[in-house]
Order: sequence, then structure tokens, then C-alpha cells
Amino acid sequence: MTRFPLLAACACLALAMPAFAQAPQKVVAEKSHIRFGFKQMNVPVEGRFRKFDATVTFDPKKPEATKATFEVDLASIDLGNAEGETEARRKPWLFVEAFPKATFTASTVKATGPGRFEATGPLAIKGVTQTITAPFTLVDAGGMRTVEGQFPLRRLQFKVGDGPWADTETVADEVVVRFRFVIPSTTK
Amino acid sequence: MNLPGSDRYTPTAIALHWVAGALILGNLAFGLYMVDLPLSPAKLKYYSWHKWAGVTIFLLSAARLVWRITHAAPALPATMPAWQRAAANASHHLLYALFFAAPLTGWLFSSAAGFQTVYFGVLPIPDLLAKDPALADTLKLAHRFVNYSLAALVTVHAAAAIKHHVVDGDDVLARMLPFLKPRT
Ligand code: HEM
Ligand code: HEM
Repeated sequence: MTRFPLLAACACLALAMPAFAQAPQKVVAEKSHIRFGFKQMNVPVEGRFRKFDATVTFDPKKPEATKATFEVDLASIDLGNAEGETEARRKPWLFVEAFPKATFTASTVKATGPGRFEATGPLAIKGVTQTITAPFTLVDAGGMRTVEGQFPLRRLQFKVGDGPWADTETVADEVVVRFRFVIPSTTK
Repeated sequence: MNLPGSDRYTPTAIALHWVAGALILGNLAFGLYMVDLPLSPAKLKYYSWHKWAGVTIFLLSAARLVWRITHAAPALPATMPAWQRAAANASHHLLYALFFAAPLTGWLFSSAAGFQTVYFGVLPIPDLLAKDPALADTLKLAHRFVNYSLAALVTVHAAAAIKHHVVDGDDVLARMLPFLKPRT
């Protein structure tokens, strides 16, 4: 009789496991980053966003079941230069007052090779939504899952850098976004 | 090669003096003008042009220094008091030092600020320093200080040259101006 509750507990745990594996995970902020690079007067310039948030439900064995949303706090832009950051927050650029966040939702994820995937979905910046595809790699190590990748975007498609700044000779249209997300992995 | 007793600078030295002088004065004025502009695509272009001009000045100054070391300057007039000779000598040394300090501080500042210098948009000049905003602020002040000193010294220098011509009536200015005939 005394074995029954124990068995029940085991069964419960076993049932709970897959659910737990599917539970949405938050990224480890200190280990993750969203960086971007572009050319200004043909000179490479790097920046990043200090604050972002991601909620990910991802099983490499079932990539098609992925649910992942990313939110970037655009005011947290870091260009290592206060004048540039103030400018970037203003209306011609990111207009953070009206559009504080950029969002990306991975609506489809498919495997493209061992440890390689491709996420496609809507990216919204400054009120403009475009579908983008971002390839990424996945590495599981030490209880942490690291997702890393990059994709190019055209800033003018999102009206980022309007008016006189639309001159792509000074600031190039193409911006490469590089991301790394570290998520505690539940499957070892 | 100029003999120590020769009374003129070589044509090369004269050409370098006026070409480099015009470029330096131009870049000083342009630097002062561009920093106060509101951020715009034009400002970014001006900053690049300023940096390219600065690198050109650096290269020209290096060539000039080599020429100066291999070609003695004409002796100063015997009528000049010792303190003036010393002052002329010291100010010329300091000018040469500032010709290098100005572009070097500009380059280091740009590196620390995270904006690499790409000469004429083609030739990337390596960054000596990694991006470091706090250091960039200091280097910006250093670049400004060096350039203000350079502007002040050049003003005194030009005033002294004119004083030689007008007040002292000697040939110091003529040695640097090909169209002025020496009076002695
Ligand atoms: C002999 C050559 C140069 C001269 C005479 C010169 C002169 C000046 C002057 C007068 C300013 C304005 C300073 C102020 O009032 O704040 C300035 C600013 C500046 N210079 Fe130069 N410069 C020279 C070379 C360079 C070089 C080689 C670079 C970079 C590679 C450079 C980069 C800059 C930058 C980025 C600023 C803007 C600083 C700011 O944002 O406040 N300069 N320069
Ligand atoms: C209107 C302006 C200027 C006048 C009238 C002038 C005149 C002169 C004269 C007469 C000399 C010869 C001095 C001697 O014989 O010992 C000289 C030398 C020199 N000047 Fe100027 N100058 C002017 C502007 C400049 C500028 C803008 C610069 C640099 C930015 C400059 C840098 C020098 C240097 C470094 C020397 C020493 C040359 C050497 O011994 O190699 N000058 N200048």
C-alpha cells in the first residue's frame, strides 16, 4: 500500500517532464546579445541593443513546433557615442517615442542540417512589418543552449533613417544583425 | 643641398612650407566649423574629409621632416638677438612636433570612438586602440588642445615673420617667399 503514492508521484513526474521541456524559456541576458553592423562613409560601425527579451519554446527534434518571440527595447541602443545614440532614437531613425520596441516572431523554424536551423517570421520595426529569414546554429553545452545567427536587413524598408538620411552613400542601406541567445536547456 | 651659409630655403622646402601651411590652416578652420554642425549626412562627410586631410598632412609632414633633416635651414641673420634665435628655433621644433601630434591625436580619438579612418574611403588605416568611450572623451580634448596650441603658435609664427620683414627689415621672410627679393 505504501508503494502506491510513490508510484503515483513517479508517474506524475514522468508526465510532467515533457511538459517541462516544452515550457517557454527566458534568455540569459548577460550571455546573450543583439548586435548590428553597417557602413558609414564606407567605414564599418558596430552597435548593439542593451535591453531585449525573448521567450522561446523550442525542441530541436520538433523545430516546426517552435514558439519564439523577441522584443528589443530600441531606446537601449548602444553605439558607444552619445550623440549618435540620441540621433538614432529620434524620429528620422528609430522614433522610439512612438515605436519603443522592435519585435520578431519565429513563425516557422526548419532544420537545414545538423545543429543548423532557419527561422522565418515577421519582423516589425517602426511600424513596418517585413518577413525575414534568419539562419542560426544551435549548441547544447553545460546545461545551456546557445543559439547564434545573423541576417541582413535593409534599413530603408523600415523607414529607418528617413529624409536626408536616406542618402545611402553616407549610411549604407544594409544592416547586418547578429544575435546570440543563451537559454537554459532542459534536455541534457 | 643647402650649404649652412646659404641664404634661402630650397625651393622644395618653400613649396612644402606653403602647401602644408595652407592645408593645416584649412583643416584647423574646417575642424572648428564641422564640430558645431548638427548631426547630418553632410557632417559625416565633412568628418571623413577632415580625417583624410589630416592623414595627408601627416604624410606631408613626414616628407617635410626628412627633407629638413637632410637640408639645413639658412642661418638666421646676425642682427637677431640670442633670445629671438632661441625662440625661433624652439617654435620651429614645436611646430614640427604639433604637425604630428595633431593628426595622431585625431587618429587615436577616432579609433577610441569606434570610427575607423578609411583614407579616401579606400585605404583602411588600422585602429591602434579598441573602442573605449571614456578614453575617446579624453582623446577628443587632447586633439582639441593640440590644435588650439597649433593655431596659437602659427599665429605668433606668422606675426613674427611679418615683424621681421616690416620692423626689422631683414631677409627672414624673403627666404621663405620666392617672389621677394633679398634686400642684402
Ligand atoms: C593636422 C591635422 C589636423 C588638424 C589641424 C585638425 C584640427 C581639428 C580641429 C581644429 C578640430 C575641432 C576641435 C574642437 O573645437 O573641438 C578637430 C576635430 C576633429 N578632428 Fe581633427 N585635425 C587634424 C587631423 C585629424 C585626423 C588625422 C583625424 C582622424 C583621423 C581627425 C579627427 C577629428 C575628429 C573626429 C574631430 C571631431 C571631434 C569632435 O567630434 O568634437 N583630425 N580637428
Ligand atoms: C602667413 C603665414 C606665414 C608666414 C608669413 C610664414 C613665414 C615663414 C618664414 C619667413 C619662415 C622662415 C623662418 C626662418 O628662416 O627661420 C617660416 C618657417 C616655417 N614656417 Fe611659416 N609662415 C607662415 C605660415 C605658416 C604655417 C601656417 C605653418 C604651419 C602650419 C608654418 C610653419 C613653418 C615652419 C615649421 C617653419 C620652419 C621651417 C624649417 O625650418 O623647416 N608657417 N615661415
